[in-house]
Amino acid sequence: MNKTEKKELQKQACKVRMGAIEGVYNAKSGHPGGSLSAADLFTYLYFKEMKVDPKNPKDENRDRFVLSKGHCAPGLYAILALRGYFPMDEMKKLRHIGAMLQGHPDMKGTPGIDMSTGSLGQGVSAACGMAAAGKMDHKDYRVYSMLGDGEIEEGQVWEAAMFAAHQNLDNLCLVVDNNGLQIDGTVAEVGGPEPIDEKFRSFGFDVQVIDGHNFDEIEAAFNHAKTVKGQPSVIIAKTVKGKDVSYMENQVGWHGTAPNAEQYETAMQDLNKVLAGLEAE
Amino acid sequence: MAEMVKKATRESYGEALAELSEKYPQVVVLDADLAAATKSGVFKKACPERFIDCGIAECNMVGVAAGLAACGKIPFATSFAMFSTGRAYEQVRNSVGYPKLNVKIVGSHAGISVGEDGATHQCNEDLALMRTIPGMVVLNPADHYEMKAAVKAAIEHNGPVYIRLGRLAVNSFNNSDDYKFELGKGITLRAGKDITIVATGLMVSRALEAVKTLEEQGIDARLINIHTIKPLDRELIVKAAKETGKIITVEEHNVIGGLGDAVCDALCEEYPVPVIKIGVNDVYGHSGPAVDLLDEFGLNAAHIVEVTKKAITKRSL
Repeated sequence: MNKTEKKELQKQACKVRMGAIEGVYNAKSGHPGGSLSAADLFTYLYFKEMKVDPKNPKDENRDRFVLSKGHCAPGLYAILALRGYFPMDEMKKLRHIGAMLQGHPDMKGTPGIDMSTGSLGQGVSAACGMAAAGKMDHKDYRVYSMLGDGEIEEGQVWEAAMFAAHQNLDNLCLVVDNNGLQIDGTVAEVGGPEPIDEKFRSFGFDVQVIDGHNFDEIEAAFNHAKTVKGQPSVIIAKTVKGKDVSYMENQVGWHGTAPNAEQYETAMQDLNKVLAGLEAE
Repeated sequence: MAEMVKKATRESYGEALAELSEKYPQVVVLDADLAAATKSGVFKKACPERFIDCGIAECNMVGVAAGLAACGKIPFATSFAMFSTGRAYEQVRNSVGYPKLNVKIVGSHAGISVGEDGATHQCNEDLALMRTIPGMVVLNPADHYEMKAAVKAAIEHNGPVYIRLGRLAVNSFNNSDDYKFELGKGITLRAGKDITIVATGLMVSRALEAVKTLEEQGIDARLINIHTIKPLDRELIVKAAKETGKIITVEEHNVIGGLGDAVCDALCEEYPVPVIKIGVNDVYGHSGPAVDLLDEFGLNAAHIVEVTKKAITKRSL
């Protein structure tokens, strides 16, 4: 990708982060940390990688995305809004009574959401089912699913991993948002999912470990995943939880806490600074 | 009149899927390493390209079914009731029920008539678990012909459905020539004015025996077959309560949360009458031959007769 294109993606990712903060702040609850760590990945998927059409969100030949770590819905909603599935104004009603944007993704009510998720470990199985359906119907769509590194402590993830490899689902690409933190502490302290790469490799996956904030690496990884035949892929993206909001970065406490008014202002200043820096380059 | 067949409803399920496979190309059948026992293997033989063995991983199987349904398939996720509704309960609730996906959850070897495998495999809670999921249709067909019709109805119903299958062979009593299965409608198998017996699944044929014996003893019992536990045919139940005054429910399931409770829910809101629930009385089962266990737990014609007579003679229950 050229410089201009990369800068455009970086700016969009910054807007995803702003959207997520806007949503969580207005909801007075929600999950900012993981939404920010995954923002670059969301951006690349929806602006570069996936064949989707916001005007025809149910197109049966579209690529699918399942946010298995459903609590990071604010980040996903922000990218869907930026991509044109619905107005960004919806973010201000996130988690409110009667709102389209539920606390966790709801495929019944939100355009662009391919699967209802939120209970950890379940989305990845649904992604496997979508990939299996694509194989049965000889369709060439691809299925992407994002997992948290804490989430992979769920046993169902490994049932799904075994299934994906056994069924040779090379149209399935998992992304692990490896920010290293979960609610009760670091993933190393709490559940010990590491080494993530070796686990997936032994389950039969093509494994890549990348910097999840570097668009060159993100692009190379998704491009490579498309060339893999006969086995599923996983991209383990090393990320920073709370990325680009000064006081949230790498802080366990910002997994599922909403900023107050003062913190909201600081967050927006931080993100505006990033945006201004990109524009000034 | 159709031929009387003695067959377990799991056999009828496998047959129905295989027979309907051509007419409904969207149907996909999944199992979790029990295809030979649940009889989903009959479909596998007929249609191997639309059968997926998910291995011993029921939670993932239900999620895979959800994903298949999200892409237009009609998946039948099959395992023993203990696992498809018990182990994978939360997956059924959150990945199938909440998004209202067109998945059919199938629970074979339900109830204590699993027999020798004992308490760990005797699922007496499946109807209760599935009833609590909003939008879930809960089916418990009673014989060969009813099961075959139920499978077709489940395919044609767009939304989540649970189908309960039994392991034990049961004599058919429906007539295939004029048998009509309608989701949510109970069937009055025998008119009667003294009392009403409401039965489901395996217990319907046993209740039929009971009403014949009662008739010989001068008791005119009505018999209703409820193949759809949810949505329940409230109208038929309330009408029976009004006309016969007392109700006995019979199910091979815990008396908590199943048919008996569904009937009580309907009646206490619309027309309260005394209800006696025959079922597994909130205990675990144990190993033994299926028929002996059914006798031991009072799930036979003799016990239904006894309870009915007692209910008739007592002024109040």
